[in-house]
Parts: sequence; structure tokens; C-alpha cells
Amino acid sequence: MGRLRLFVPLVAFALLAVLLFRGLSLDPTALPSALLDKPFPAFTLPTLGSDTPRSRDDVIKGPALVNVWATWCYSCRVEHPFLVELAERGIPIVGLNYKDEPTKARQWLVDLGNPYSDNISDTEGVLGLDLGVYGAPETYVVDASGNVRYRHVGVLDSAVWEGELSRFFSQEAAP
Amino acid sequence: MLAEVGHFSLIIAFVLAVLLSSVPLWGAWRRNTAVMLLAPSLAIGFFVFLATAFGVLAILFLQDDFSVKVVASNSNTLLPSIYKFSAVWGNHEGSLLLWVLILSGWMVAVARFSRGLPEIVLTRVLSVMGIIAVGFTAFALFTSNPFERLLPGTPGEGSDLNPLLQDPGLIIHPPLLYMGYVGFSVPFAFAIAALLGGQLDAAWARWSRPWTNVAWGFLTLGIMLGSWWAYYELGWGGWWFWDPVENASFTPWLVGTALVHSLAVTEKRGLFRSWTVLMAIAAFSLSLLGTFLVRSGVLTSVHAFAADPDRGLFILIFLGLVIGGSLTLYAVRAPTVASRVGYRAISREALLLFNNLVFCISALTVLLGTLFPLIMDALGQGKYSVGPPYFNAVFVPLMALLVPLMGLGPVSRWKQDSLPRVWHELGRPALVIVVVSLLAPWTLGEFNLWIALATLLSLWLALGLIKDLLHRTRGASGFGSKLARLTPSYLGMWCAHAGFAMVVLGATVVTQNAVERDIRMAPGDRQSVAGYEFELMEIDRVSGPNFVADQARFSVWQGDRKITELTPQKRRYTASGQVMTEADIDAGFFRDLFVAMGEPVGDAAWAIRLQYKPLIRWIWLGALLIGFGALTTAFDRRYRARVARDLVTEQAAELEVAAASHG
Repeated sequence: MGRLRLFVPLVAFALLAVLLFRGLSLDPTALPSALLDKPFPAFTLPTLGSDTPRSRDDVIKGPALVNVWATWCYSCRVEHPFLVELAERGIPIVGLNYKDEPTKARQWLVDLGNPYSDNISDTEGVLGLDLGVYGAPETYVVDASGNVRYRHVGVLDSAVWEGELSRFFSQEAAP
Repeated sequence: MLAEVGHFSLIIAFVLAVLLSSVPLWGAWRRNTAVMLLAPSLAIGFFVFLATAFGVLAILFLQDDFSVKVVASNSNTLLPSIYKFSAVWGNHEGSLLLWVLILSGWMVAVARFSRGLPEIVLTRVLSVMGIIAVGFTAFALFTSNPFERLLPGTPGEGSDLNPLLQDPGLIIHPPLLYMGYVGFSVPFAFAIAALLGGQLDAAWARWSRPWTNVAWGFLTLGIMLGSWWAYYELGWGGWWFWDPVENASFTPWLVGTALVHSLAVTEKRGLFRSWTVLMAIAAFSLSLLGTFLVRSGVLTSVHAFAADPDRGLFILIFLGLVIGGSLTLYAVRAPTVASRVGYRAISREALLLFNNLVFCISALTVLLGTLFPLIMDALGQGKYSVGPPYFNAVFVPLMALLVPLMGLGPVSRWKQDSLPRVWHELGRPALVIVVVSLLAPWTLGEFNLWIALATLLSLWLALGLIKDLLHRTRGASGFGSKLARLTPSYLGMWCAHAGFAMVVLGATVVTQNAVERDIRMAPGDRQSVAGYEFELMEIDRVSGPNFVADQARFSVWQGDRKITELTPQKRRYTASGQVMTEADIDAGFFRDLFVAMGEPVGDAAWAIRLQYKPLIRWIWLGALLIGFGALTTAFDRRYRARVARDLVTEQAAELEVAAASHG
């Protein structure tokens, strides 16, 4: 009896280990967006390359990806080639240049290629605040009626694309 | 080339660790002394090669070798040299290397300072540490190689160290914290060695105690530095956030506290042996669990290291082997026979048992709160986080419950004590401190029940300590001879308990009475906070080695007297473009004045945060006392003098225990 009691810590640890193993396959950064299935927030902001403010409906013609990026963001540089590849496959991507300097951002696009149909220039992070952006990079899926359907925090790569995002684009653009 | 030297050293260190974890253990099993004697040499070899690898990585950072991936991602030519050096552990790969380096340091220390240990015990202890070393060196080598090159594609400039980490506090915070974390591997190894040998006795407890105290002291200092850093660097003026990573270091501390006290009982009275072994295993297991939580990315935290499920899986398997293995060993080998030594409901043993209960329950509740988001997510219940309200609601009452009995601790007697005796000793002064506590909050303006309560508890702790100190030094004349009566372990205990009283009072007062203002201020504006006048003189641009900043200049007045000038900054780091808030603080023993800049809000005005933080320094000063107190105990002569005679005293201790049970 006394001996059995000494097994309690081991059993407790086994349960914990199972939980932790389960935790490994869960993604704590996959935060559901507060805007899920709600319209993309309205804005009037300049785009990179033109100073005249433009509105939401003018820039985002869904379905499209909205990609939050900045030149100060190291991971964005990692992500960039994949975005270019997606754009070549015909996926519409709108950039949200977040808390960045427009001149640096334009140079970036010249150097690394421009996968974006348009780039909203959110130098103050106002739109980022409305969207609930955690940091760059983040990618949102906006559907044909202008609703946010999905949010991905972190680098968008082919695994994420195949696993999570491509289903929103299956009819529009064949790979 | 140099990077490859480092990589190669790491591989040799790994091979030595594999040898250390197996060969001497086999020798111990076969009772082959020649083979057992290999253990200390292997430990020293392991240390030498790891130190080489670590030194190489440091040189790569100092030379701006951006062909090495971790250097390119975490350093920059403009970074001041001291931060280039601390950048070595400002990233996942390097900090893991530091982790193993410190482990090897502890191994060498055990080999060096435990010459008097029975050969077989020392061998087993070093081998068990070797097993841990194998796991972590393999982790570094196979999933997180710090010497990985970026060839071709070497960048011309590095992407800089995270500005949050460019801070003096962060240079020493991780090493201290790891000293504590990893230090718990020593009592763990002693516990496993004792289980293997089947000898859980007073001698085992005496060998473990100084190591445990030192590790626990370092952990205390590490946590204290982390809290202090968060206070001035994160720009919010908070000092504890119940962040998952803070909790990851706090749960081993809580269990370590239980261990420090239960070891005392096991050493002095031969009691609680199974429990003490379990605490030794638990303290280190929680350190490992903390490492897992931080490195695997299963929880989100401000301390986000690169989250990587593969790394997580690696540590989890290793965790399963080490913790699962040791708990199995515990279940099979721990003694079940209740000790023949008895103790009464009112005795020092009972008080320390209570201490252990409180600290274990605290650790479990903190662990539960930390893992709660994970539990809910795993059960498919969605994303939740319990946050500070939960932790405060469960933790504060537990500590409040602890202190009344903690005050009795130092004056209590082993085996049997009586309430009338305690009343005779503490009764009348206790009445005095009740009155003082009721009056104390008025010195800060108005009556506050929580402050009165905290004052009462702190004074109660102080009372017990002072009474006991007077009792012990009674009859001795002069400061020198009084001091000579006190052993280092007693002085250490005294400091640690006094430090705890300071933390209780400081934490309560700053929580209750701090004043915080977030306001818009333009040059020329004045604002009053808690009787201090803050005048914003001007805002200009300044530049540092790797950043440019907006800097506000404040004059602070108390009445007509100018106290100080404060210059908080809003920095923008050029390489990463990251924006950092550098608060400026006028620190004082009784209060801090804290100014931080928020965002510009137009017309040369800024959002400004002004704070008045009474007694906040007491939290860290108290923690310093606790930490240094714990380190002091290791100087006690009885830990060194007796080591050589331990084989003899072991039997003597058994006799002593047997005699005590009859007496």
C-alpha cells in the first residue's frame, strides 16, 4: 500500500507528459482574429507610391490575401520569396506596410520583387490597431464580400499555404 | 575555420558526456574503483571542451563573423562590445550552450569540492549529471547548432540584438538564472545516487544541503534581476507579470524553497526522507519543464525564443526519460517505512512540514495556471488565459497563511514545543507590533487594511528573528564575540527570513499605494503626482551608438526644492527599426519616481507616464538578502569538516537517530 502511493508522482507526470505532447501539435499563435467573418476594417490611407489617400473598397477587391510586412522585420525577408511565387501563380496579395518608412519600403520592393497588387502605407499603425495586428508578418484572408476569413500569425510558407490558406482560393486560381 | 573549431569541441564534449554517463556507472555497479575514478577526469574534460566551444562563439560575436547564422541574426557591427558578448546568450542556440556550460561548471565544482565523498557516491552523482549533459549537448548539437554557417549568402551586416536585451541587467540575468536552474541538477543527482545506492540518510542530506542552498540562492538572484529588468526596461513600471516564462523559473524556486527546508529536517532529524528525495527530483524536473515550455513554443510569452515543434519534441522525449526514469526509480526504491523518530504537533518539524505544504501547493497552483491555456486548448475548449487575477487570488492568501507560522520557526524547538512557552517568549512584544501595525499605514496618509496586515506580518517575522538572535548571543560581550557565536548557516537563514519580510512589506505597499498617471504633456507643462511636481522642460533628439532617440527632460520638484532631473527616451534602433521605451527613474530607499515616454500626440506633445512607487526597492533588496543569505550558508564549516569523516558519521547519525527515538 505504502509502495503504491509512491507511484502517484510518476502517474501525475505521465499525464502531464501526454498533455505536453498534445501541446506540441497545437499552435498557440493561431489566435482566432476578433474580426473573423466580419468585414475588413474601413480605412483611408495612402498607398506606397501615391500620396492620395485611398479607401478600403478601392484597394482590397477580394478574394485576396492581406499581408502585413515591414522592412524592419527579419522574418518578412524570409517570407518574401514565397509571396512572389504566390503572386506569380495568380493569387492577389495586398500589402499592408506596417509602421515603416515608405522610401525604404519602395526600395525593398525594387530589390526583392513586388508581389503586391497594392500596398497600404500604414506608417502610424492605425489600421494595424483596428485589425489587431500582433506584429509582422501576419496574413489575412479576405473573401469576395470583403469579410476576414482567416488570420495567420508568422511566416507564410508553402506548408501553411497548403494546409490552411489555399482552400480559400481553390476555385479562383488553379496552381 | 574558427566556427568549425567550436563545432568540433562541442562534438568532443558530447562524446565525453556519453562516456561519463555510462562508463563510471558501470564501474560503480561492478565495484571497479579504477573505472569509477574516471568520472572526475571526464567531467573536467567535458567542461574544458564546452568552455572552448563557448569561448569560440564569443569570439565569433566579437569579430562580427556574419557568416555564422546566430551572429548574423543577433548582432551588428554598431553594437557595443559588451552587448556583442552578452548577445552570445541572447538567442536560443547560444543560451543553450550557456546552459550546458554551467552544467559542466557545476560538475567540475562537485568533482573538486567533494573529494571527501565516498568514491561510489561521487561517481554516481557525476554520472547522473553526465546523463543530463548528454541530453542537452545532443539537443544543442542536433537541433540548435550555434555554429551553423550562412554559406553562401553571408550578409554584410547583422540584424542586431533585440533592443530589449541591450541592457546591463540582461548581461547577468540569464547566467544567474541558469546557475540556479541547472544547479538543482546537483541535489537531483545526489538524490538519484542515494536511491541507486539505497542510502537515504543524514549524511546524504548533509552532502546535498550546501549545493541546494547555493543553487537556490542563485535562482533567487536571477529571478530578482529579471523582475528588476522588467520594471525599468519594459517601460510599464510593473515588477511581476505572471508571464509563463517567469512562472517557469518561479515554480522551481517554490519547490526549491520546500527542498531547502525539508533537507534541514532530514539532516538534523532523519525525518521526511522520501519526501525530501521527491522534492529534489521535483525541483530539477520543474527546471527542465521550464526549459521545455520556453524552448518549445507551446505557450506564448514575451520571452519568445524561436518556437520550433521539433526542438519541443526533442526536449519532451528527454524530459520523459529523465523525469519518468527518476520518478520510477523513486517509486521502486524510496523507503516506505515510517521513521521511528517522532515529533509533536507543535514542534519545529511540524512547522517545516507546514512550510513544505504551502510551498508545494503554491508551486502546483502556479503550474496549473501556467499550463491552463494548454490544458483548455488540448481539450478543445478554445483559447484561454487565466492571467494575473488568478495568480494573485491564489498566491497571496497562501503566502499570508505561511508567514504567521514562519515567524515562529526560528524560536521553535525540535521534537516538541509548547504554546505557553512560545507565548511567554513572543506574547508581549506581539501585542506591541499589533498596535504599531495599526498605526503604520497612517504615516502614508490614510488607513489601509492591507498595509496594516503586511506590516503586522513583516514585524512578526522580524520579532521572531530578533528574539532568537538575542537568545543566541546572550552572555557574549562585544560585537565580535556575539558574531562568533553565529554560524554561517544561521546568519544565512536570518538574512533570508529578514529579506522575505522586506519583500512582503515592499510588495504590499507598492501594490496598494503606487500612483500612476498617463497624461499628455508638452514642453512647459507641469504635473503633480503624489506630492511631486514633474515639469517637462524640453524634448530633443539625441543619438547613441546604434540608435536615435527622442529625449524628454523633466525637472522634478518637491515643494520648492528641486530633487532631480529625469531624461526618459524613446529610442529607434537603426538596424532593426525597433522602437524602445527607455524609462528614467529616480530610485530611493523609500520611493521611486518613474517617467516613461509613450507616443507623440501632436503639437510637440507626448503621452507621458508618471509613476510614484513607494518601497518598490524593498522587493529587490529583500530578494538580494534572501539570495546572499542562501549563498552564505554554504560557508558553514560543518559541510566541509565532516565530509572526510562521513563514512564514520553516517553510522553515528543512524545511532543518533535511533537514540533520539527512544529519548
